[in-house]
Amino acid sequence: MANGSESEPASNKDGVLLSHAPHLVLDGIAVCASAVGATRAYLCVGHGAAPMAQFLTGAVAERHQARLDEVPVEVITTAGEYLSGQENALISALNGNAPLPTFVPPRPADRGVHRRPTLVLNVETLAHIALIARFGSHWFRTTGTPGAPGSALVTVTGAVDRPGVREIPLGTALGDVLQRSGLNQPAQAVLTGGYFGTWLPLPAALAVPVSDEGMRAAGAALGPGVLAVLPEAACGLAETARIASFLAAESAGQCGPCRNGLPALADALNWIAFGRPGPDIVGWVQHLTELVTGRGACHLPDGTAGLVRSALTVFAADLRAHATAGPCERSAGPPILPVPARGS
Amino acid sequence: MRDDHNSGTGQHPVSTGPRLLLNPIACDARGLCIELLPELISADPWGYPIIRPGPVPQQLLPLARRAVAACPTLALMLAGLPR
Repeated sequence: MANGSESEPASNKDGVLLSHAPHLVLDGIAVCASAVGATRAYLCVGHGAAPMAQFLTGAVAERHQARLDEVPVEVITTAGEYLSGQENALISALNGNAPLPTFVPPRPADRGVHRRPTLVLNVETLAHIALIARFGSHWFRTTGTPGAPGSALVTVTGAVDRPGVREIPLGTALGDVLQRSGLNQPAQAVLTGGYFGTWLPLPAALAVPVSDEGMRAAGAALGPGVLAVLPEAACGLAETARIASFLAAESAGQCGPCRNGLPALADALNWIAFGRPGPDIVGWVQHLTELVTGRGACHLPDGTAGLVRSALTVFAADLRAHATAGPCERSAGPPILPVPARGS
Repeated sequence: MRDDHNSGTGQHPVSTGPRLLLNPIACDARGLCIELLPELISADPWGYPIIRPGPVPQQLLPLARRAVAACPTLALMLAGLPR
Protein backbone atom coordinates (compact mmCIF):
# COMPACT_ATOMS: atom_id res chain seq x y z
CA MET A 1 0.00 0.00 0.00
CA ALA A 2 1.37 3.32 -1.09
CA ASN A 3 0.17 6.07 1.22
CA GLY A 4 -0.17 9.42 -0.54
CA SER A 5 -3.20 10.53 1.46
CA GLU A 6 -1.39 13.52 2.95
CA SER A 7 -4.01 14.46 5.50
CA GLU A 8 -1.51 16.78 7.21
CA PRO A 9 -3.03 20.21 6.49
CA ALA A 10 0.26 22.09 6.03
CA SER A 11 1.91 19.40 3.88
CA ASN A 12 1.92 19.27 0.10
CA LYS A 13 4.91 17.05 -0.68
CA ASP A 14 2.97 13.91 -1.61
CA GLY A 15 0.76 15.90 -3.96
CA VAL A 16 3.74 17.55 -5.64
CA LEU A 17 5.57 14.23 -5.97
CA LEU A 18 2.56 12.39 -7.41
CA SER A 19 1.76 15.14 -9.89
CA HIS A 20 5.38 15.56 -11.07
CA ALA A 21 6.66 11.99 -10.99
CA PRO A 22 3.78 9.51 -10.79
CA HIS A 23 5.76 6.78 -12.53
CA LEU A 24 8.58 7.05 -10.01
CA VAL A 25 6.09 6.17 -7.27
CA LEU A 26 4.60 3.41 -9.44
CA ASP A 27 8.15 2.09 -10.04
CA GLY A 28 8.64 1.98 -6.28
CA ILE A 29 5.37 0.09 -5.88
CA ALA A 30 6.52 -2.44 -8.50
CA VAL A 31 9.91 -2.91 -6.80
CA CYS A 32 8.35 -3.43 -3.35
CA ALA A 33 5.55 -5.63 -4.62
CA SER A 34 8.13 -7.87 -6.24
CA ALA A 35 10.31 -7.86 -3.10
CA VAL A 36 7.53 -9.02 -0.79
CA GLY A 37 5.72 -11.17 -3.37
CA ALA A 38 2.59 -9.04 -3.35
CA THR A 39 -0.18 -9.86 -5.80
CA ARG A 40 -2.03 -6.57 -5.46
CA ALA A 41 -1.08 -2.99 -4.73
CA TYR A 42 -3.02 0.10 -3.73
CA LEU A 43 -2.15 3.75 -4.17
CA CYS A 44 -4.08 5.97 -1.75
CA VAL A 45 -4.64 9.67 -2.29
CA GLY A 46 -6.55 12.16 -0.19
CA HIS A 47 -10.22 12.89 -0.36
CA GLY A 48 -10.90 15.89 -2.55
CA ALA A 49 -8.04 14.87 -4.84
CA ALA A 50 -10.40 13.56 -7.54
CA PRO A 51 -8.36 15.06 -10.42
CA MET A 52 -5.25 13.48 -8.88
CA ALA A 53 -6.93 10.08 -8.62
CA GLN A 54 -7.97 10.36 -12.27
CA PHE A 55 -4.45 11.42 -13.28
CA LEU A 56 -2.90 8.48 -11.41
CA THR A 57 -5.43 6.03 -12.84
CA GLY A 58 -4.27 7.29 -16.25
CA ALA A 59 -0.64 6.64 -15.30
CA VAL A 60 -1.55 3.11 -14.20
CA ALA A 61 -3.29 2.58 -17.56
CA GLU A 62 -0.18 3.77 -19.41
CA ARG A 63 1.83 1.08 -17.66
CA HIS A 64 -0.77 -1.51 -18.57
CA GLN A 65 -0.48 -0.53 -22.22
CA ALA A 66 3.30 -0.72 -21.99
CA ARG A 67 2.95 -4.13 -20.28
CA LEU A 68 4.80 -2.84 -17.25
CA ASP A 69 2.15 -3.82 -14.73
CA GLU A 70 3.12 -7.17 -13.30
CA VAL A 71 1.19 -6.34 -10.13
CA PRO A 72 -2.13 -4.55 -10.60
CA VAL A 73 -2.31 -1.16 -8.87
CA GLU A 74 -5.63 0.21 -7.71
CA VAL A 75 -5.94 3.94 -7.03
CA ILE A 76 -8.18 4.71 -4.05
CA THR A 77 -9.18 7.88 -2.22
CA THR A 78 -9.45 8.27 1.55
CA ALA A 79 -12.53 9.39 3.45
CA GLY A 80 -10.99 12.80 4.04
CA GLU A 81 -10.69 13.21 7.79
CA TYR A 82 -7.30 13.80 9.36
CA LEU A 83 -7.07 10.27 10.73
CA SER A 84 -8.33 8.51 7.58
CA GLY A 85 -4.78 8.61 6.19
CA GLN A 86 -3.41 6.70 9.17
CA GLU A 87 -2.24 3.29 7.96
CA ASN A 88 -4.63 1.20 10.05
CA ALA A 89 -7.50 3.48 9.01
CA LEU A 90 -6.59 2.95 5.34
CA ILE A 91 -6.56 -0.80 5.83
CA SER A 92 -9.80 -0.73 7.79
CA ALA A 93 -11.48 1.18 4.94
CA LEU A 94 -10.16 -1.27 2.33
CA ASN A 95 -11.55 -4.12 4.43
CA GLY A 96 -14.99 -2.56 4.24
CA ASN A 97 -14.98 -1.12 7.77
CA ALA A 98 -15.02 2.46 9.06
CA PRO A 99 -11.97 4.51 7.95
CA LEU A 100 -10.71 4.79 11.53
CA PRO A 101 -7.57 3.71 13.37
CA THR A 102 -7.78 0.24 14.87
CA PHE A 103 -6.31 -1.39 17.94
CA VAL A 104 -2.77 -2.64 17.40
CA PRO A 105 -1.84 -5.55 17.38
CA PRO A 106 -2.24 -6.91 14.78
CA ARG A 107 0.14 -4.71 12.86
CA PRO A 108 -0.40 -4.34 9.10
CA ALA A 109 2.74 -6.39 8.44
CA ASP A 110 1.09 -9.27 10.32
CA ARG A 111 -2.51 -8.87 9.19
CA GLY A 112 -3.68 -6.05 6.97
CA VAL A 113 -5.73 -5.76 3.77
CA HIS A 114 -8.02 -8.79 3.43
CA ARG A 115 -6.25 -10.19 6.51
CA ARG A 116 -3.03 -10.64 4.57
CA PRO A 117 0.36 -9.19 5.61
CA THR A 118 0.49 -5.69 4.17
CA LEU A 119 3.45 -3.42 3.53
CA VAL A 120 2.48 0.24 3.95
CA LEU A 121 4.90 2.90 2.76
CA ASN A 122 4.64 6.61 2.11
CA VAL A 123 4.81 7.56 -1.58
CA GLU A 124 8.03 9.53 -1.01
CA THR A 125 9.71 6.44 0.44
CA LEU A 126 8.58 4.50 -2.63
CA ALA A 127 10.09 7.12 -4.94
CA HIS A 128 13.42 6.81 -3.08
CA ILE A 129 13.24 3.02 -3.38
CA ALA A 130 12.63 3.31 -7.13
CA LEU A 131 15.71 5.50 -7.52
CA ILE A 132 17.86 3.18 -5.39
CA ALA A 133 16.69 0.23 -7.54
CA ARG A 134 17.66 2.17 -10.67
CA PHE A 135 20.95 3.82 -9.65
CA GLY A 136 22.13 1.80 -6.64
CA SER A 137 22.73 2.53 -3.00
CA HIS A 138 26.13 4.12 -3.67
CA TRP A 139 24.49 6.76 -5.84
CA PHE A 140 21.81 7.29 -3.17
CA ARG A 141 24.52 7.97 -0.59
CA THR A 142 26.19 10.69 -2.66
CA THR A 143 23.87 13.22 -1.06
CA GLY A 144 22.85 13.67 2.55
CA THR A 145 25.03 12.60 5.48
CA PRO A 146 26.52 9.18 6.36
CA GLY A 147 23.93 8.76 9.12
CA ALA A 148 21.07 10.20 7.06
CA PRO A 149 21.80 9.51 3.40
CA GLY A 150 19.70 10.79 0.51
CA SER A 151 17.28 13.63 0.16
CA ALA A 152 13.86 14.53 1.50
CA LEU A 153 10.86 16.52 0.38
CA VAL A 154 9.88 19.28 2.78
CA THR A 155 6.95 21.69 2.73
CA VAL A 156 7.98 25.16 3.90
CA THR A 157 5.16 27.47 4.90
CA GLY A 158 4.53 30.57 7.02
CA ALA A 159 6.76 33.66 7.01
CA VAL A 160 8.66 32.96 3.78
CA ASP A 161 8.54 34.55 0.32
CA ARG A 162 8.63 31.27 -1.56
CA PRO A 163 6.53 28.77 0.35
CA GLY A 164 6.08 25.32 -1.07
CA VAL A 165 7.72 21.97 -1.53
CA ARG A 166 11.46 21.59 -2.06
CA GLU A 167 13.85 18.68 -2.15
CA ILE A 168 16.80 19.04 0.21
CA PRO A 169 19.83 16.88 0.99
CA LEU A 170 19.18 15.30 4.38
CA GLY A 171 21.20 17.04 7.06
CA THR A 172 20.88 20.52 5.51
CA ALA A 173 20.79 23.12 8.28
CA LEU A 174 17.28 24.35 9.04
CA GLY A 175 18.50 27.94 8.56
CA ASP A 176 19.68 27.15 5.01
CA VAL A 177 16.33 25.59 4.11
CA LEU A 178 14.47 28.64 5.42
CA GLN A 179 16.88 31.03 3.69
CA ARG A 180 16.33 29.28 0.35
CA SER A 181 12.59 29.63 0.87
CA GLY A 182 13.05 33.37 1.41
CA LEU A 183 12.71 33.96 5.12
CA ASN A 184 11.28 37.45 4.88
CA GLN A 185 10.93 38.79 8.41
CA PRO A 186 12.11 38.21 11.96
CA ALA A 187 10.82 34.81 13.01
CA GLN A 188 10.45 33.41 16.50
CA ALA A 189 9.90 29.68 15.96
CA VAL A 190 9.41 26.85 13.46
CA LEU A 191 6.80 24.14 13.77
CA THR A 192 8.56 21.00 12.59
CA GLY A 193 6.98 17.71 11.61
CA GLY A 194 3.46 18.96 11.05
CA TYR A 195 0.56 19.32 13.46
CA PHE A 196 1.73 16.26 15.38
CA GLY A 197 5.02 18.07 15.60
CA THR A 198 7.24 20.19 17.79
CA TRP A 199 7.94 23.91 18.02
CA LEU A 200 11.64 24.78 17.81
CA PRO A 201 12.77 28.28 18.85
CA LEU A 202 14.56 30.65 16.47
CA PRO A 203 17.31 31.62 16.06
CA ALA A 204 18.52 28.80 18.34
CA ALA A 205 17.31 26.06 15.97
CA LEU A 206 18.79 27.50 12.74
CA ALA A 207 21.73 25.09 12.93
CA VAL A 208 19.59 21.99 13.50
CA PRO A 209 20.19 19.48 10.67
CA VAL A 210 16.97 18.64 8.83
CA SER A 211 17.02 14.85 9.08
CA ASP A 212 15.45 12.26 11.35
CA GLU A 213 18.59 12.05 13.49
CA GLY A 214 19.21 15.80 13.57
CA MET A 215 15.62 16.61 14.47
CA ARG A 216 15.55 13.88 17.11
CA ALA A 217 18.68 15.29 18.76
CA ALA A 218 16.87 18.65 18.94
CA GLY A 219 13.86 17.02 20.61
CA ALA A 220 11.73 17.14 17.45
CA ALA A 221 10.97 14.89 14.48
CA LEU A 222 11.08 15.36 10.73
CA GLY A 223 7.76 13.48 10.39
CA PRO A 224 5.99 14.44 7.17
CA GLY A 225 8.55 17.20 6.55
CA VAL A 226 6.50 20.29 7.33
CA LEU A 227 8.48 23.38 8.35
CA ALA A 228 6.10 26.19 9.33
CA VAL A 229 7.76 29.49 10.16
CA LEU A 230 6.12 31.65 12.81
CA PRO A 231 6.91 35.37 12.43
CA GLU A 232 7.62 37.62 15.44
CA ALA A 233 4.33 39.36 14.68
CA ALA A 234 2.27 36.26 15.49
CA CYS A 235 1.32 34.64 18.80
CA GLY A 236 2.58 31.07 19.15
CA LEU A 237 0.05 30.29 21.86
CA ALA A 238 -2.83 31.36 19.61
CA GLU A 239 -1.47 29.26 16.73
CA THR A 240 -1.07 26.25 19.00
CA ALA A 241 -4.56 26.71 20.47
CA ARG A 242 -6.08 26.69 16.95
CA ILE A 243 -4.16 23.56 15.98
CA ALA A 244 -5.10 21.84 19.26
CA SER A 245 -8.76 22.66 18.59
CA PHE A 246 -8.43 21.18 15.10
CA LEU A 247 -6.77 18.01 16.39
CA ALA A 248 -9.38 17.64 19.17
CA ALA A 249 -12.16 17.93 16.59
CA GLU A 250 -10.44 15.31 14.44
CA SER A 251 -10.39 12.77 17.26
CA ALA A 252 -12.30 9.75 16.01
CA GLY A 253 -13.79 9.55 19.51
CA GLN A 254 -13.03 5.86 19.78
CA CYS A 255 -10.83 6.02 22.87
CA GLY A 256 -12.04 7.69 26.08
CA PRO A 257 -8.83 9.47 27.08
CA CYS A 258 -8.58 11.07 23.61
CA ARG A 259 -12.31 11.83 23.27
CA ASN A 260 -12.32 13.58 26.67
CA GLY A 261 -8.73 14.71 27.06
CA LEU A 262 -8.15 16.46 23.73
CA PRO A 263 -11.15 18.83 23.99
CA ALA A 264 -10.12 19.60 27.60
CA LEU A 265 -6.59 20.30 26.41
CA ALA A 266 -7.82 22.50 23.55
CA ASP A 267 -10.16 24.41 25.90
CA ALA A 268 -7.35 25.10 28.35
CA LEU A 269 -5.06 26.28 25.56
CA ASN A 270 -7.71 28.55 24.11
CA TRP A 271 -8.19 30.00 27.57
CA ILE A 272 -4.42 30.62 27.77
CA ALA A 273 -4.27 32.12 24.28
CA PHE A 274 -7.43 34.20 24.21
CA GLY A 275 -8.77 34.37 27.79
CA ARG A 276 -7.38 35.17 31.19
CA PRO A 277 -5.65 32.06 32.51
CA GLY A 278 -5.45 31.56 36.26
CA PRO A 279 -2.26 30.49 38.01
CA ASP A 280 -3.23 26.80 37.93
CA ILE A 281 -3.91 26.47 34.24
CA VAL A 282 -0.38 25.64 33.10
CA GLY A 283 -0.22 22.85 35.65
CA TRP A 284 -3.60 21.57 34.39
CA VAL A 285 -2.38 21.62 30.78
CA GLN A 286 0.76 19.72 31.75
CA HIS A 287 -1.33 17.21 33.69
CA LEU A 288 -3.64 16.73 30.68
CA THR A 289 -0.72 16.13 28.31
CA GLU A 290 0.53 13.39 30.65
CA LEU A 291 -2.97 11.94 31.02
CA VAL A 292 -3.59 11.44 27.30
CA THR A 293 -0.11 10.28 26.26
CA GLY A 294 0.12 6.62 25.25
CA ARG A 295 -3.56 5.98 25.88
CA GLY A 296 -5.06 5.98 22.40
CA ALA A 297 -5.18 3.30 19.71
CA CYS A 298 -3.40 5.72 17.38
CA HIS A 299 -0.85 8.46 17.89
CA LEU A 300 -3.29 11.42 17.90
CA PRO A 301 -3.30 12.05 21.69
CA ASP A 302 0.49 11.64 21.92
CA GLY A 303 1.09 13.95 18.98
CA THR A 304 -1.23 16.62 20.34
CA ALA A 305 0.35 16.41 23.80
CA GLY A 306 3.84 16.73 22.32
CA LEU A 307 2.87 19.80 20.30
CA VAL A 308 1.34 21.47 23.36
CA ARG A 309 4.32 20.66 25.60
CA SER A 310 6.73 22.18 23.10
CA ALA A 311 4.54 25.32 22.90
CA LEU A 312 4.62 25.75 26.68
CA THR A 313 8.43 25.62 26.55
CA VAL A 314 9.13 27.67 23.42
CA PHE A 315 6.50 30.33 24.19
CA ALA A 316 7.16 30.42 27.95
CA ALA A 317 7.66 34.21 27.94
CA ASP A 318 4.31 34.70 26.15
CA LEU A 319 2.73 32.36 28.65
CA ARG A 320 3.87 34.54 31.56
CA ALA A 321 2.70 37.69 29.75
CA HIS A 322 -0.74 36.19 29.03
CA ALA A 323 -1.04 35.04 32.64
CA THR A 324 -0.40 38.49 34.07
CA ALA A 325 -1.78 40.87 31.43
CA GLY A 326 -4.25 38.79 29.41
CA PRO A 327 -4.00 37.94 25.72
CA CYS A 328 -1.37 39.83 23.73
CA GLU A 329 -2.27 41.99 20.74
CA ARG A 330 -0.61 39.47 18.43
CA SER A 331 -3.08 36.76 19.42
CA ALA A 332 -5.85 38.73 17.68
CA GLY A 333 -3.96 38.61 14.36
CA PRO A 334 -4.81 36.38 11.41
CA PRO A 335 -3.75 32.70 11.64
CA ILE A 336 -0.36 31.83 10.10
CA LEU A 337 -0.88 28.08 9.98
CA PRO A 338 -3.78 26.69 7.95
CA VAL A 339 -6.44 24.93 9.99
CA PRO A 340 -9.13 23.33 7.82
CA ALA A 341 -12.63 24.32 8.84
CA ARG A 342 -13.85 20.76 9.00
CA GLY A 343 -14.37 18.61 12.03
CA SER A 344 -16.14 15.51 13.09
CA MET B 1 2.36 9.35 6.86
CA ARG B 2 5.04 7.45 8.61
CA ASP B 3 4.71 4.56 10.99
CA ASP B 4 4.99 6.76 14.07
CA HIS B 5 1.23 7.26 13.93
CA ASN B 6 0.92 4.05 15.90
CA SER B 7 1.54 4.53 19.55
CA GLY B 8 1.56 0.74 19.83
CA THR B 9 -0.36 0.68 23.09
CA GLY B 10 1.29 -1.73 25.50
CA GLN B 11 4.04 -2.52 23.03
CA HIS B 12 7.04 -1.53 25.12
CA PRO B 13 8.98 -4.69 25.97
CA VAL B 14 11.02 -3.19 28.80
CA SER B 15 11.19 -6.30 30.95
CA THR B 16 9.66 -9.74 30.79
CA GLY B 17 6.61 -11.19 32.51
CA PRO B 18 2.89 -10.96 31.92
CA ARG B 19 1.59 -7.44 31.31
CA LEU B 20 -1.81 -5.87 31.34
CA LEU B 21 -2.83 -4.66 27.92
CA LEU B 22 -5.82 -2.41 27.25
CA ASN B 23 -7.70 -2.01 24.00
CA PRO B 24 -8.68 1.66 24.40
CA ILE B 25 -11.25 1.41 21.60
CA ALA B 26 -13.10 -1.41 23.34
CA CYS B 27 -12.83 0.17 26.81
CA ASP B 28 -16.06 1.80 27.93
CA ALA B 29 -14.97 2.97 31.41
CA ARG B 30 -17.18 0.47 33.24
CA GLY B 31 -14.56 0.60 36.00
CA LEU B 32 -14.61 -2.99 37.22
CA CYS B 33 -10.86 -3.39 36.72
CA ILE B 34 -10.24 -0.27 38.79
CA GLU B 35 -12.23 -1.74 41.66
CA LEU B 36 -10.69 -5.20 41.39
CA LEU B 37 -7.07 -4.22 40.92
CA PRO B 38 -6.45 -0.79 42.48
CA GLU B 39 -2.82 -1.84 43.05
CA LEU B 40 -2.16 -1.52 39.31
CA ILE B 41 -5.14 0.34 37.82
CA SER B 42 -6.43 3.80 38.69
CA ALA B 43 -9.11 6.03 37.17
CA ASP B 44 -8.47 9.14 35.11
CA PRO B 45 -10.77 12.20 35.53
CA TRP B 46 -13.26 10.62 33.11
CA GLY B 47 -13.28 7.20 34.72
CA TYR B 48 -11.06 5.45 32.19
CA PRO B 49 -8.39 3.10 33.55
CA ILE B 50 -4.76 4.13 33.83
CA ILE B 51 -2.60 1.02 33.98
CA ARG B 52 0.70 1.12 35.82
CA PRO B 53 3.41 0.26 33.28
CA GLY B 54 5.59 -2.79 33.68
CA PRO B 55 5.00 -6.48 34.25
CA VAL B 56 2.35 -7.68 36.70
CA PRO B 57 4.01 -8.76 39.98
CA GLN B 58 3.64 -12.49 40.62
CA GLN B 59 1.51 -12.05 43.75
CA LEU B 60 -0.99 -9.87 41.87
CA LEU B 61 -1.47 -12.28 38.95
CA PRO B 62 -4.62 -13.94 40.39
CA LEU B 63 -6.23 -10.50 40.88
CA ALA B 64 -5.12 -9.43 37.41
CA ARG B 65 -6.74 -12.52 35.91
CA ARG B 66 -9.92 -11.71 37.80
CA ALA B 67 -9.93 -8.13 36.49
CA VAL B 68 -9.42 -9.39 32.93
CA ALA B 69 -12.23 -11.91 33.30
CA ALA B 70 -14.55 -9.27 34.78
CA CYS B 71 -14.16 -6.72 31.96
CA PRO B 72 -17.57 -6.58 30.27
CA THR B 73 -16.17 -5.26 26.99
CA LEU B 74 -13.15 -7.63 26.85
CA ALA B 75 -10.91 -4.55 26.64
CA LEU B 76 -8.45 -5.71 29.29
CA MET B 77 -6.01 -8.45 28.45
CA LEU B 78 -3.03 -10.21 29.96
CA ALA B 79 -0.23 -10.48 27.43
CA GLY B 80 2.95 -12.49 27.67
CA LEU B 81 1.58 -15.35 29.75
CA PRO B 82 3.48 -18.63 29.39
CA ARG B 83 1.48 -20.97 27.21
